[in-house]
Amino acid sequence: MLYRENGQFKSSYGEDQQMLPILQDRRVMFGLLAFAFFGVPFLASDYLFLSILIPFLILTLAAIGLNLLVGYCGQISIGHAAFMSVGAYAAYNLALRVPQLSFLVVLVLAGLIAALVGMLFGIPSLRIKGLYLAVATLAAQFFMDWVFARVKWFTNYSHSGSVSTAPVELFGWRLDSPPEKYLFLLGVLVVFTVIAKNLVRGHLGREWMAMRDMDVAAEVIGIRPVYAKLTAFAVSSFYCGVAGALYGFIYLGSWEPLAFNLTLSLNLLFMIIIGGMGSLLGSYFGAAFIVILPIVLDQVPQMFGIAMSTATTSHLAFMIFGALIVFFLIVEPHGLARLWAIGKEKLRLWPFPH
Amino acid sequence: MTKHWPVISLISVLLVGLVLPLATGASPPGFYVEVLLGGLMTGVLYSLVALGFALIFKASGVFNFAQGAMVLFAALAVARMAEQMPLWLAMILALAIMVVLAWLIERLVLRPLVNQEAITLFMATLGVTYFLDGFGQTVWGSDIYSIELGIAKEPVMILEGLFQGGILVNKDDFVAALVAAALVAGLAVFFQKTATGRALRAVADDHQAAQSIGIPLNRIWVIVWSVAGLVALVAGVIWGAKLGVQFSVSLVALKALPVVILGGFTSVPGAIVGGLIIGVGEKMAEVFLGPVLVRAFDLAGGGIENWFAYVLALLFLLVRPEGLFGERHIDRV
Repeated sequence: MLYRENGQFKSSYGEDQQMLPILQDRRVMFGLLAFAFFGVPFLASDYLFLSILIPFLILTLAAIGLNLLVGYCGQISIGHAAFMSVGAYAAYNLALRVPQLSFLVVLVLAGLIAALVGMLFGIPSLRIKGLYLAVATLAAQFFMDWVFARVKWFTNYSHSGSVSTAPVELFGWRLDSPPEKYLFLLGVLVVFTVIAKNLVRGHLGREWMAMRDMDVAAEVIGIRPVYAKLTAFAVSSFYCGVAGALYGFIYLGSWEPLAFNLTLSLNLLFMIIIGGMGSLLGSYFGAAFIVILPIVLDQVPQMFGIAMSTATTSHLAFMIFGALIVFFLIVEPHGLARLWAIGKEKLRLWPFPH
Repeated sequence: MTKHWPVISLISVLLVGLVLPLATGASPPGFYVEVLLGGLMTGVLYSLVALGFALIFKASGVFNFAQGAMVLFAALAVARMAEQMPLWLAMILALAIMVVLAWLIERLVLRPLVNQEAITLFMATLGVTYFLDGFGQTVWGSDIYSIELGIAKEPVMILEGLFQGGILVNKDDFVAALVAAALVAGLAVFFQKTATGRALRAVADDHQAAQSIGIPLNRIWVIVWSVAGLVALVAGVIWGAKLGVQFSVSLVALKALPVVILGGFTSVPGAIVGGLIIGVGEKMAEVFLGPVLVRAFDLAGGGIENWFAYVLALLFLLVRPEGLFGERHIDRV
């Protein structure tokens, strides 16, 4: 009743192929975007920005990157924080050594460097697949952790190995208050989401999905596995590299050698499992879930007046994460995005389901 | 005809690297043998964890990321219960807990996910890993605990006649290696000679065929996970006695992954040989290659043993994807 697409006729290819073909979807999307750009900056508190919205936006970008590789191309990676760290350190060194570069250029270059490294570690995917690849990406994780902890040049010979960045400045606009950071990140995320959406429905995305569904068959119908897999690694690492640079520059400001460790990699993987593999919307859901859950777990016992040590809460969070992962895999392997789709389907038929 | 030269060249590079410190006189022979032995001791422990890993993969096709968490969980259980009771009783109780855990994992995780893709199962074990890490530390606490095995820790000098200054060996390392070797031998007998062992191997070869001749899959899985729990317990106790029981144990146990890659996923001998290779390789690399790298690239310290195992496994994957002893995999549409 509320969500009904009959009567909406498409009379040109352009209309048929638009990103949101249904009128209601377009309205909701524009409403959401308008609220996110013009409403949230005035309504949200600094706490909400700094501990939820900013990490949510950055991690969503990284989750989209990982989803392109795992969800769309079927190549599993448990080392994607490594590519985030490549992006972060590349951006740090570019900003430090070539100070006249604009931050946007730094961001893109950092992404490109991460893409190169990602392709390098993606080469094994041409010979191995599935779980073997998981171990290969673990190699990327531990190797990159080590490189940035030990090679002094990358951290500009700082004694503790930690680096700190100057506040980001764009065309004379200094991003120092939380709402400004939020608006910039939101803009970046929207642009990258639109690019990703169009990548996955274009020929590249179709090649990736063919590789995911059955690689041998894909090869038989003329898809080049080298090209498909390496582009997936490159694009995915590009996204993660950009996300890493943003994470370092805008969210953390200064970070220690192991800021991008295995835990972050696994968290990214959990985001796309819980959110939904092979779904961009799922990346948003998953990132929101993983960012908000620890905060909720922290707050709920306090609300009921139960005093818990931070250690206990973090262990409980671990347990709940673990249990939820298993739960989602069993009950809804396609994640929150699938639940959303089911809800939409229900709305179409409401109030007269057959 | 398969091409062998990449494998041969990789192995020869490794061998050259192995003898280089000795040949160039960079280290005295006594010290060299000490490092070698230290590597072998660690390698035995890696083999042990990798064994549990290979067992589960062989019998249920699950790539069990939770093996490290199981090691930590078992070690924590033993360490905390040994504070209240004698060690042997704590170990038996811990074993019982591991069996219950195996049963629960089979019931709650594997059975609902039967016939799912390997990647889904792998991710489920990721969930189990997180759950076990959190659960273990909630129940048993998250400080550093120690396990006292009652073996003197002072190093012993051996072979003083052969090398100048003799060789320092830790007694507990030696006992640990012996225990691990005994466990491996026992498991081998169990697999080859008992009816249950035969059933396990049948399941490993072909689930459906095994089921059709009346082997109960679910019970076999419980047994396999229990055996993996036993292996994790032994590894956890030995490691806990050596390093103290703490969270990092589960990270060290993660090294079982490159070990099984190197040895071949489905191969029990592969797990053992792979463990020894990785153990020796990373110790050698840390002691002899590390300083060279530090000098050459002006690094802030070595620590290359953190990634050496993984990169070695990666190189092996490139030249021989099925590992040293694995079965060659053929894809069909």
